[in-house]
Amino acid sequence: MAGLHTPFHQLHIDAGARMVDFGGWDMPINYGSQIDEHHAVRQDAGMFDVSHMTIVEVTGENAKPYLQKLLANDVAKLTQSGKALYSGMLNEQGGVIDDLITYYLSDDHYRVVVNASTREKDLAWMSQHATSFGVKVEHNKSFAMLAVQGPKAIEKVQSVFSDTQRTATAELGVFFGVESEGFFIARTGYTGEDGYEIMVPLAQVESFWNNLINAGVKPCGLGARDTLRLEAGMNLYGNDMDESISPLEANMGWTIAWEPSDRDFIGRSALEQQKADGVKNKLAGLVLEGKGVLRAHMSVKAEDGSVGEITSGTMSPTLKKSIGLARISKTAGDTVMVDIRGKEVPAKVVKPCFVRKGEALV
Amino acid sequence: MSDIPSELKYASSHEWARLEDDGSVTVGITDHAQGLLGDVVYVELPEVDAEVGAGDEIAVVESVKAASDIYAPISGTILEVNENLEDSPETVNTDSYGDGWMFRIQPSNESDYQDLLDAEAYSESIADE
Repeated sequence: MAGLHTPFHQLHIDAGARMVDFGGWDMPINYGSQIDEHHAVRQDAGMFDVSHMTIVEVTGENAKPYLQKLLANDVAKLTQSGKALYSGMLNEQGGVIDDLITYYLSDDHYRVVVNASTREKDLAWMSQHATSFGVKVEHNKSFAMLAVQGPKAIEKVQSVFSDTQRTATAELGVFFGVESEGFFIARTGYTGEDGYEIMVPLAQVESFWNNLINAGVKPCGLGARDTLRLEAGMNLYGNDMDESISPLEANMGWTIAWEPSDRDFIGRSALEQQKADGVKNKLAGLVLEGKGVLRAHMSVKAEDGSVGEITSGTMSPTLKKSIGLARISKTAGDTVMVDIRGKEVPAKVVKPCFVRKGEALV
Repeated sequence: MSDIPSELKYASSHEWARLEDDGSVTVGITDHAQGLLGDVVYVELPEVDAEVGAGDEIAVVESVKAASDIYAPISGTILEVNENLEDSPETVNTDSYGDGWMFRIQPSNESDYQDLLDAEAYSESIADE
């Protein structure tokens, strides 16, 4: 069964990628060693094909009130051109339909980037709610997308930009994007390192990739992307939260804009009820103290008798310890016991952020 | 193409086995298997002196991505395990047929070893995958 191909597909094959199925897409899992790729991003610069993610253009006079209804975070915070906002898109029950980034281009044009695996349901949900606001919701297929991340990412990308693009991005702040010569260049990422996520015009996919290779940027697969985002304590949709999980139990409380109190975003009343009833669980970080590797769905026992579950786990290449995210009781305490194939192994409970900008935080 | 030494025997579950001069059998995982797993980050080995049956799950190899069971290719008693893997699990990737060995078994049934696949048969079995 042939999967969907991104515009970089042949370039992955040429670079020696091991391809796997990811939500219907043929994607590189690694190009040899995912640990080497991980270290490249922590110490130098690596690039990831993220073209499977979905770019949605929201346009129309009512684009702003529409997104204020649709998203738990408030796009009214966006006043400068190119500024980005991370938010959950919730259902009426307060569950997370998806997590996404919205770029403010103008009062009647926002660019929203949603996940790959949730594309169909997101587009359906967004279109369904667009009608009453009279806004247009369009899937923009005219770009490939490449994330270039690492302490040397910006310097290396700058070296392959045109003079115009260099000038356009010279002062680009964190969580801002800018359009330049057909590219959309944003200073965002999913690794805990500095860098760009770049929308690349389809005609320039091959030359841009090859220029970055020549500038010493290492191609990195989904394997390294997962260990990097987990070290950075960033959620993966479908693992760490989904439609049955409240953002209040997914370490996404900071993405909910409660003020102004009369902004009636979808899911608000459910979240207010949850707060009134008391939120029981949190998404915490775990660092394994014994031997083994934390994996999703392992059961976690706390001293207070509560039982939780690991949502993501791996061996951290930076810390050389196993780390994970786990949904556990807010009263779980500082140490929990993880069931690893029938053995109880102790793990320390920490804030869910393990590595930032190459530095260990735990 | 993965490396499949002709002097070894194989299980279809991707373990290799080597008959030593003293009659014991050393076991590891094949080059093909380590390639599928990706970077190995942890190996859980059996206890020395444990009695194992052919086909039993007796060890676990964890790569960055997932955990995989390792099966005893033959019945017998565990004589020794490769403790170096505790500090250097990546040896399974870099030297799967040498320093990346996992455990040594004293066979309880001599025909078990002869019944394993030869290199050619193993090579065919992975070609079908």
